[in-house]
Amino acid sequence: MSNNEMRLILAGFGGQGLLFGGKVIAYAGLIEDREVSWLPSYGPEMRGGTANCSVTLSDEPIGSPLITDPTALIIMNQPSLDKFEDTVVPGGIIIVDSALTNTPPSRTDVSSFTIPATTSAEEAGLKGLANIVCVGKLWNELHFCERETLDAAIRKAVPARKADMVDKNLAALELGISL
Amino acid sequence: MAEKVLMKGNEVLAESAIRAGCRFFFGYPITPQTELSAYMAKRMPKEGGTFLQAESEIAAINMVYGASASGARVMTSSSSPGISLKSEGVSYLAGADLPAVIINVMRGGPGLGSIQPSQSDYWQATRALGHGDFQMVVYAPSTVQEMADYVYRAFDIADKYRMPCMIMADGMLGQMMEPVELRERKTDLPAKPWATTGHQHKREHNVANSLYLTAEELDRLNHERFERYEEIKATEQLSEQYLCEDADIVVVAFGASARIARNAVRAAREQGVKVGLLRPITLWPFPVDAVRATIPQAKGYLCVEMNMGQMVEDVRLAVEGQAPVEFFGRTGGVIPTPNEVLENIIALNEKVGE
Repeated sequence: MSNNEMRLILAGFGGQGLLFGGKVIAYAGLIEDREVSWLPSYGPEMRGGTANCSVTLSDEPIGSPLITDPTALIIMNQPSLDKFEDTVVPGGIIIVDSALTNTPPSRTDVSSFTIPATTSAEEAGLKGLANIVCVGKLWNELHFCERETLDAAIRKAVPARKADMVDKNLAALELGISL
Repeated sequence: MAEKVLMKGNEVLAESAIRAGCRFFFGYPITPQTELSAYMAKRMPKEGGTFLQAESEIAAINMVYGASASGARVMTSSSSPGISLKSEGVSYLAGADLPAVIINVMRGGPGLGSIQPSQSDYWQATRALGHGDFQMVVYAPSTVQEMADYVYRAFDIADKYRMPCMIMADGMLGQMMEPVELRERKTDLPAKPWATTGHQHKREHNVANSLYLTAEELDRLNHERFERYEEIKATEQLSEQYLCEDADIVVVAFGASARIARNAVRAAREQGVKVGLLRPITLWPFPVDAVRATIPQAKGYLCVEMNMGQMVEDVRLAVEGQAPVEFFGRTGGVIPTPNEVLENIIALNEKVGE
């Protein structure tokens, strides 16, 4: 496995935009012509329960798209933190939104950042974009792509019928990077 | 080179079929295949084609029979329980020598099973999807790019040999997104002088039929069809090999489980185990020649499948008892982890190294 490989799980409630957040990162990989896989959870957990997706960016062909040993986590609720915290490889990174979690990560062999993603997004008039705030924070810690690639990925990932959301997403990225 | 796009496997199967000239799609929704039908519902009208959500899977496959008999490129798709329902119609297609492409985005079974990924329809696809003596060419892509490539190819192969062709995917491949380079739109489709398009008093009637009341006639047709199958076995086997040249242990896996096996093979190599991966791309015809080529070097084989052990029988038939062939599998929608596969590789390596 290449050292450059990022294996990211984004997890939280359905409706928090975790699949979309994963898609932005997948597009960043596509733009930089890297190997990319994006795999959502599907089925009963999508209907009101937890939603998660696995995103891998690599310089080598990707084996399993289902990540069992993530190098990075974006966590937006407590059940997801409980489920995935122990799976992170030592030296990995955990980004947690403080709004919907009670207890911070307890691991000491990983870098963990508890950020007020939902709260700051709401205060900045970016309600519903805590997912992208977390993506911005992750980028700030890992620089998994060029900075301009991240903006380009937002432009690709936002569907044409929601084009008016591009600027808000870009602002949410900036907010996350600054947290 | 076309620009790469990021798409879901299910959507790519639909888009690539359209590019291959498919203008008729008949289906019935089922998880984890539904994005394919949804994509067709959106795109087909813009292509001047027909999308129809049938009243049942059985109706859909018989619509496929009708469209195919009239010479059209036609596809249906479903997931495991829905494929079982189509089996009568698939047998009729085979019996009438009609081409068609059938997609199975497999889920756990038997029965309604689960909606999570599985590979437990291997026997059904390669042995008996329906009654009677017949085969389908079965492709098992393991990436979204291969889903694009093999559905595209399947239409040509189905037309060439006048038989149903299946793409075996699973819930994981159907739901995942990867960068994909889509093929160009086909404009030059093969002529079908056998199609039932109206003779206009200029030729004999063409008939699409699978009923023969004369025993000798049906016997002759079955033998003819199996001669075609022999030609397919000789020319259409496809597989990929990864680090097999010096391998003591050959892992055999297809589709999604081959991706997991590949991780395990890489990890085992890092521990000094001489192991390779042989990945069948055609499940029928099974890549017997590629498996046999590994026999002089290999000390043991490990089949990894998301079922209770189905393809392992084809590997044993190919290896003919010359080395142990072991099996590791998970079912019900559980995806094996690379670590589980790695443990099985190491255990087999210790066993055959003695």
